[in-house]
Amino acid sequence: MIVLNNVSKSYSTGAPALKEVNIHIEKGEFVFIVGNSGSGKSTLIKLLLKELEPTEGSICVNGKNLGSLKRNKVPYLRRDMGVVFQDFRLLKDRNVYENIAFAQRVIETPTRIIKRRVPAMLSLVGLSEKYRSYPKELSGGEQQRVALARALVNNPSILLADEPTGNLDPRNSWEIMKLLEEINHRGTTVLVVTHNREIVDAMSKRVITLNKGVVISDEKKGGYDYED
Amino acid sequence: MKISTFVYCLVQGIKNIRRNKLFSLASVGTIAACIFMMGILYSVIANFQHMVDKAKESVSITVFFDEGISPDKIDYLKGAIEKRPEVASVTYTSADEAWASFKKDYFSSNPELAEGFKDDNPLANSSYFEIKLSDVSMQKSLVTFLKSSSGVRQVNYSDVTANAITDFAKMVGYISLTIIGVLLAVGIFLISNTVMIGIAVRKEEIRIMKLIGATDYFVRAPFIVEGVVIGIIGASIPLIALYFVYREVVKYLLGQFHTITSNFSFLAIHEVFVVMIPMALAIGGGIGLIGSIITVRKHLKV
Repeated sequence: MIVLNNVSKSYSTGAPALKEVNIHIEKGEFVFIVGNSGSGKSTLIKLLLKELEPTEGSICVNGKNLGSLKRNKVPYLRRDMGVVFQDFRLLKDRNVYENIAFAQRVIETPTRIIKRRVPAMLSLVGLSEKYRSYPKELSGGEQQRVALARALVNNPSILLADEPTGNLDPRNSWEIMKLLEEINHRGTTVLVVTHNREIVDAMSKRVITLNKGVVISDEKKGGYDYED
Repeated sequence: MKISTFVYCLVQGIKNIRRNKLFSLASVGTIAACIFMMGILYSVIANFQHMVDKAKESVSITVFFDEGISPDKIDYLKGAIEKRPEVASVTYTSADEAWASFKKDYFSSNPELAEGFKDDNPLANSSYFEIKLSDVSMQKSLVTFLKSSSGVRQVNYSDVTANAITDFAKMVGYISLTIIGVLLAVGIFLISNTVMIGIAVRKEEIRIMKLIGATDYFVRAPFIVEGVVIGIIGASIPLIALYFVYREVVKYLLGQFHTITSNFSFLAIHEVFVVMIPMALAIGGGIGLIGSIITVRKHLKV
């Protein structure tokens, strides 16, 4: 499903962001990527989305070698990967319904299907009542749930979450994590980059720890054993 | 592109204009100001050109022949003159026609005075060619040619008028080119500034679209709709304003400066607008199109 082979990434300035990283994630897995700031977690997400190119090594997602993927094929790769960011990245001038529907418009889904899918997603994330609200009228937790609904509306096989609880209080953080777990139970591979020790320890999932761009541990049912 | 996607992009483009009111207003204002200035300039240039053309038409050379010249020789001369590229027309007036015209002009109130000449045409040797020029600047070489032609007795022409018109036409051309150059530079500067604001506002939006999996054309289409609509609105406003400004200015000039304007005629409003409307809409739409493509292109590489 996701295979990184000896992947290194260096920026023109400073130390390398990733060094000879080897990761193998199977279909349907739930994986935490942990590490302190500058450990290369966000670089890893950007490489998977093909926002960045690795300096060395190869990356395969759903059997596609990202190195040989042409620029005009990148949108199709991303459509099979839902993404959630720490800062939600909702379109501020569109309401909740339009934000979620937008992901379906992008892949040219017929309107009648959008009208069926979006309410189903709103119901999944518990925001059926707020479909007309604009992002600024929602709390952080609600905005993240909208972002999650948008990421899932196209039934992606992989969900990438980059610090999804970074801007949320503990209660909302737990709600988001429960949703991610539920989504994983439905068969979606979930990859969560996080700093949240409490959640990582409590959920007992596979944990990959990065330090200065190097994988220092990869445990099947791990905890947040890295000291900041 | 599916029809539903096309309609969606169209609707989103128009909604974007409303969503970004300030940016849209700034863009419409910038385009409108540029097109208004260009419209005024075009009206002035078109009218100058029209006046110069009219003045050129009034420039003519009169050629008188040697006494006793044969009709064949006159025909030959006519043919030779007509062949020259700077000549628009050659009109032959016979001695009898010249006398008839003279009588009409000067003796119409006292026909008995003309009677004294009876059948004796005092202008017997005054048959002539009246030559109209298509290129006034070539008058000098034509006069040289005429003077050197056999059978030609006298050539009447006005150097001053021809030179003045030629110089004036040149001056109008240079001034127009300079002003158009300055206006284009100012227009491009203003528009690029407005586009830069647009880029700052849209950067994040384009990035989100791309990360969700939008293709380049899907991201670009609403921006293009938005740009072209803003451009066309930006062109329509000055067109309406120019219509009234032109009508009133011509009316004012004709009323206030009758002595000057009696020698000139202005282009009718429809003659100006038949060119100006498509020109303004094309410039407005074009600026909007190019502006939106540039705005988006920079951020599509996500």
